[in-house]
Amino acid sequence: MTSAGLSSILPFALRGRPVAEPGKRRTTRLPPWLVSWFQVGPLALILVVVFALPTALFLIVSFYDYDRMGIYPAFLLDNYRELFTTPATWRVYASSLKFAVIVWAITLFLGFNISYFLIFHVRSAVIRTVLFLLCAIPFWTSGIIRTIAWIPFLGRNGAFNQMLMGLGITSHPLTFLLFSDFAVIVTYVHLFTLLMIGPIANSLSKIDPALMEAAVDAGASRWRTMVDVVIPLSKTGITLGSILVFTQVMGDYFVVRQMSGGQSASIVSMLSTQIQAMQYPPASANAMVLVIFVAVLVAVMMKVVDVRKELVK
Amino acid sequence: MASGTRQSGSKGISRRSLLKGAATVAGAAIGSDAIRGFPTIWAQNIKDVVLHHAGPPVTAIPAIAEQASKDLGFTVQMQASENADLLNRFLSQSSAIDCADISLTYMRYLIGRNILQAIPLAKFKHWDETIPLFTKGEYPDGRKIVQQGITPTMILYATDATGQKATNGTPTDYITGIPTVTNGDTLGIRPDLVGRKVDSWADVLSPDFKGRTAIQDNPTIGIIDVAMAMEARGDLKYGNKGNMTKAEIDKTVDTMLATKRAGQFRSFWTSFDQSVNLMASGEVVIQSMWSPAVAAVRSRGIACTFQPLKEGYRGWGYTLGVMKHVDGLKLDCFHEYMNWYTAGFPGSFIAREGYYSAQPDTARKYLAPAEAAYWFDGKAAETDILSPFGKVMEKAGNVRDGGTLWQRLGNIAVWNSVMDEDRYLTRRWNEFITS
Repeated sequence: MTSAGLSSILPFALRGRPVAEPGKRRTTRLPPWLVSWFQVGPLALILVVVFALPTALFLIVSFYDYDRMGIYPAFLLDNYRELFTTPATWRVYASSLKFAVIVWAITLFLGFNISYFLIFHVRSAVIRTVLFLLCAIPFWTSGIIRTIAWIPFLGRNGAFNQMLMGLGITSHPLTFLLFSDFAVIVTYVHLFTLLMIGPIANSLSKIDPALMEAAVDAGASRWRTMVDVVIPLSKTGITLGSILVFTQVMGDYFVVRQMSGGQSASIVSMLSTQIQAMQYPPASANAMVLVIFVAVLVAVMMKVVDVRKELVK
Repeated sequence: MASGTRQSGSKGISRRSLLKGAATVAGAAIGSDAIRGFPTIWAQNIKDVVLHHAGPPVTAIPAIAEQASKDLGFTVQMQASENADLLNRFLSQSSAIDCADISLTYMRYLIGRNILQAIPLAKFKHWDETIPLFTKGEYPDGRKIVQQGITPTMILYATDATGQKATNGTPTDYITGIPTVTNGDTLGIRPDLVGRKVDSWADVLSPDFKGRTAIQDNPTIGIIDVAMAMEARGDLKYGNKGNMTKAEIDKTVDTMLATKRAGQFRSFWTSFDQSVNLMASGEVVIQSMWSPAVAAVRSRGIACTFQPLKEGYRGWGYTLGVMKHVDGLKLDCFHEYMNWYTAGFPGSFIAREGYYSAQPDTARKYLAPAEAAYWFDGKAAETDILSPFGKVMEKAGNVRDGGTLWQRLGNIAVWNSVMDEDRYLTRRWNEFITS
């Protein structure tokens, strides 16, 4: 998941000029509609095979009946009714949203500031590339390793607690550091800040520094320049980063389970309990609701900022 | 998966030397007629046969397949996966598997779905050496075992050769799978950190260990462990802890919710290595555990006891079943394999993980006398005891927790289970885990 996000980010450092000039003369004689089909064809095929078909399958199975022995074709709303009437569902959605908002706020703050520094304060392109790589190096290992690495660090007898006690800051080890919401948020921020840095840095790099000089010449303070010039011009990156972070947190399973020690649950971990018990229809219903929920969330973000329009600009 | 990494992480050299040792023992065993039946299939035909054996990582061990291929003349391939993944493979890809380690609880899902075929008892050579826990549902002294959860006899005997129905205890000439592995699970503790005597399941809920306990994040096993604790504490008396009524599930889960809110649990574990790390790091001092996990903590030099408790153990068992599609020469090969499988080598291998072979007397032949005395007879180790992968896990002089084989297996209070109300249980469990 994160690696997919990464591929859209890394090329930034090596970015050259815009990809294609619209309206350039073509030498082929294919009719335009066919060209369009060829263009969308590969992506459409992939989306149909790996997204649309499985999702359709989930949708169908989510209405099925089931017992220990198997699943039975039916059209029952029970799976959805049970899902919506279980307090657990509301609790995990609330808890996932809480994590998503907190992590989004922190990664946005960090991501924006780091990007701003990289783009406007670092003059040398070489140093910028090196610093960017430094941000990306943790991603060369897997997300699982980056998650688990926090456990010995934050544990009751972990490195951080021993440091605190060694410095005489606390007399007892702090147990809230691990297997807690705190641990989950720390890990998310560590994992996902780069997802924010990439798109925002990309947007910032498109801003003509002359605009900022003009703002300063016109008497704007640093703050006003930031609010009226930089932020509006980087909102595409902010939105893209936000979408990446939100969807990652909402779809997470591993981090919550490991870092909360099972004390908190995510939507997907609830789904996993159902799969472990061979209860596929309610798991499908759960998956459908999650897909729709995240789709609505992303749609709202896209509504706020028309990313496509901004990207074409 | 978790145990898989553990195995691949162990040193090849020591494993190799261990295998050599085992081969020597095997040679001796052949001389002593321990391996019977091998020449009944003409070796020319069978060398191209490949038997795919699927099971959980703790029993589907590549070293066992290697030895089997060497001894039998055809190839055995091991495929390990865990929990729902494994059950899923049985249910949806059974044609890619020939035989499988199936837990008693999974048998509940598999019988009657045209996945397995029955095994004629006449083909199974080690029936007489199989412990009566499996064959008769009783202990060697004739006491009947507790009928809570899914007991071996509930699924063992098939009504006919198709194996699509189990008799619920009445002996027949067909079995759904040959008994292979069994054990009684209990709580693991850190004797150096608990600070007091632990002798009851109730201790996992005791305020003395607030914030330092853990249970498995698995509805069926987790709730049984808590039920053991609640019954021990005197909260309620269950009709059948392995098959609770809705009211019993509610009462148990409500108590669990309150206990969780009070901060009793440090963590909930889902994988083998999680349970090992929780214990080894001291995050948790008392938790529901597996025998090899306790062994893994100890082999790091950290004190950890698989503590016998007065209420008894939570039992479980595995059988080796054969898939419906296996026939002809391959089926003959499977019969050879199952007789090899119960003849001692695999049994000795899993004995070193702390499990018991369902034919302990055959496993004994492949264990050094000091090993057998330590693992089965509750005696102090005369020499250092090695893990299946050749690492010293027990210094000479130590005694295994829980005593002899029958002191452990003779005191099973409940068996792992799939409950009739599992649909409701899963919902309530999710509520508990998300609270």
